[in-house]
Amino acid sequence: MSNAAPLSIEDVLLRCGELVGAADFYLLRDPAGRAAELLAMGEAVMVSWLVAKGEEPTQDKTEGFRLLALHRQGARGNPSFNACRETCREIVYHHNLILHDPQAPETAQTVRLGAMVVRHLALFIGGKLEEAGLGEFCCSSRPVRQADTLNPANETA
Amino acid sequence: MVDMVRSLLRNLPIGLLTKMGLATLVAPKTSDWSKSREAIMEYVEEREAANRKALGLGQGREARTNHDRTKKYQEVAYYPGCALEGGGHAYNRSTKALGKKLGLNLKEVENWNCCGAMEVKNIDPKLQTYLSSRVMSIAANKMGLDTVMAPCNGCYHNLKKAEYDLANDPNRRGGQFAFSGKSGHATYQAGQVETIHALDWDRETIGRGPGHERPRQEFAEGVKIANYYGCMYTRPRHIFPEKDQGPGSESTSKPHFMDDLLAAAGADNVEYPLKTACCGGAHALSDSDTSTRLVLNMLQAAEASGAEVIATECPTCHSGPGNAPDAREKTLGRKTNVKIIYFTQLLGMAMGLSPKAVGVQENFSDAMPLIKEKKLA
Repeated sequence: MSNAAPLSIEDVLLRCGELVGAADFYLLRDPAGRAAELLAMGEAVMVSWLVAKGEEPTQDKTEGFRLLALHRQGARGNPSFNACRETCREIVYHHNLILHDPQAPETAQTVRLGAMVVRHLALFIGGKLEEAGLGEFCCSSRPVRQADTLNPANETA
Repeated sequence: MVDMVRSLLRNLPIGLLTKMGLATLVAPKTSDWSKSREAIMEYVEEREAANRKALGLGQGREARTNHDRTKKYQEVAYYPGCALEGGGHAYNRSTKALGKKLGLNLKEVENWNCCGAMEVKNIDPKLQTYLSSRVMSIAANKMGLDTVMAPCNGCYHNLKKAEYDLANDPNRRGGQFAFSGKSGHATYQAGQVETIHALDWDRETIGRGPGHERPRQEFAEGVKIANYYGCMYTRPRHIFPEKDQGPGSESTSKPHFMDDLLAAAGADNVEYPLKTACCGGAHALSDSDTSTRLVLNMLQAAEASGAEVIATECPTCHSGPGNAPDAREKTLGRKTNVKIIYFTQLLGMAMGLSPKAVGVQENFSDAMPLIKEKKLA
């Protein structure tokens, strides 16, 4: 989970779309893997935010989950960030729900709902990144955007 | 045989039978019971408090103040805020209609102003504190009321935040003192009023008000509802000291007051994982694409949870999902059938008010077909 591939927010959104639209048999093939994936995507979103803010994302865990520690780090000195506190906790909840009984008949639905929760987190953080001028779904675009705003040719009347 | 019948008739307890007959026809009624009820409730609360103390459970807000609050909320200063005079008018109408039905007295704050919303708060928090405090000052010092009820999450949040800041930050107090002095009105002192949400108000007064009106339990039977609280009703936690106080109090992580109220009307509340997530309201102007996508995700999640209705308690949270039918269809390639209805509208109808009386016709999403189909009115 903690070794999540460096997904961008756009990657996360695409993957969530796939999971939401996937058939039950696909979602039930590896419930534990899907649970880990939900968590990893949540972490990736938080890492994007922290990196864009110039912070070193923590490797610590809060209540047993790095995602919650990353959220806590992001919220430090930034109260409005708490608007996604329960979204992070819902991701953890869905992860736990899947692992609790992977063979439960509603597991596919739980994965799907979990993906929607991750998507919400990605949209929320993506929106905040844009509003903060820190990137367009990924922090690597920050220099591009800064260059845009500094170039008089790009100014509009 | 004749002797036996004569003996039976002679020994019949005529007086007793007459009393029994009268009692059957005229049900005994205790007169002037209200004071006794209050005394008993007070005693029960005292005992509960003593038991909690003995068990080391702390005081427990429910036990401590339930009865007092019910009485206190009979008459409150009503602060509708700007949104309820505009796009959220249905919420305004239904809140007032519900209050009237419950026999409660809503006194609109005289000459109220904007709470500072997001715009002022983001630019100058000190000014936002003053704007919110002015509303509370009028309620306390001009109208003589000790409770302000704000149905809008933004107003509720801002008043609570101003209250917290004035109680804890001398700079804010100083700024507020200067503003109110120049404005020529009494300076608000932290603690003069209690700010509550429409959910607190309804939860405390339904079934306990003057008329003891309750929702019909069978009203929303079979209607699957996702209760959506939005992100400002419970955050940040520190400005809501009354929440997370154990049984009976609201939870900041899993709010349930709306669930409780609608369950009392028979609703089948679904597990909705985005009940406190951001609705995109603050993004609506600056980044409408993201805002729309957040709203669409909420709608999809509600549908996936099995909901037919999203019940809301905030005009911004209501207008986002309700206002996006075209975007929904365009982006999703299909219609979404979830209807967006204020909880006050649902409760009002559960208490016998007509859809028109609670302003269903003013909603963004057309809920009438569902209301008819489910026989909600």
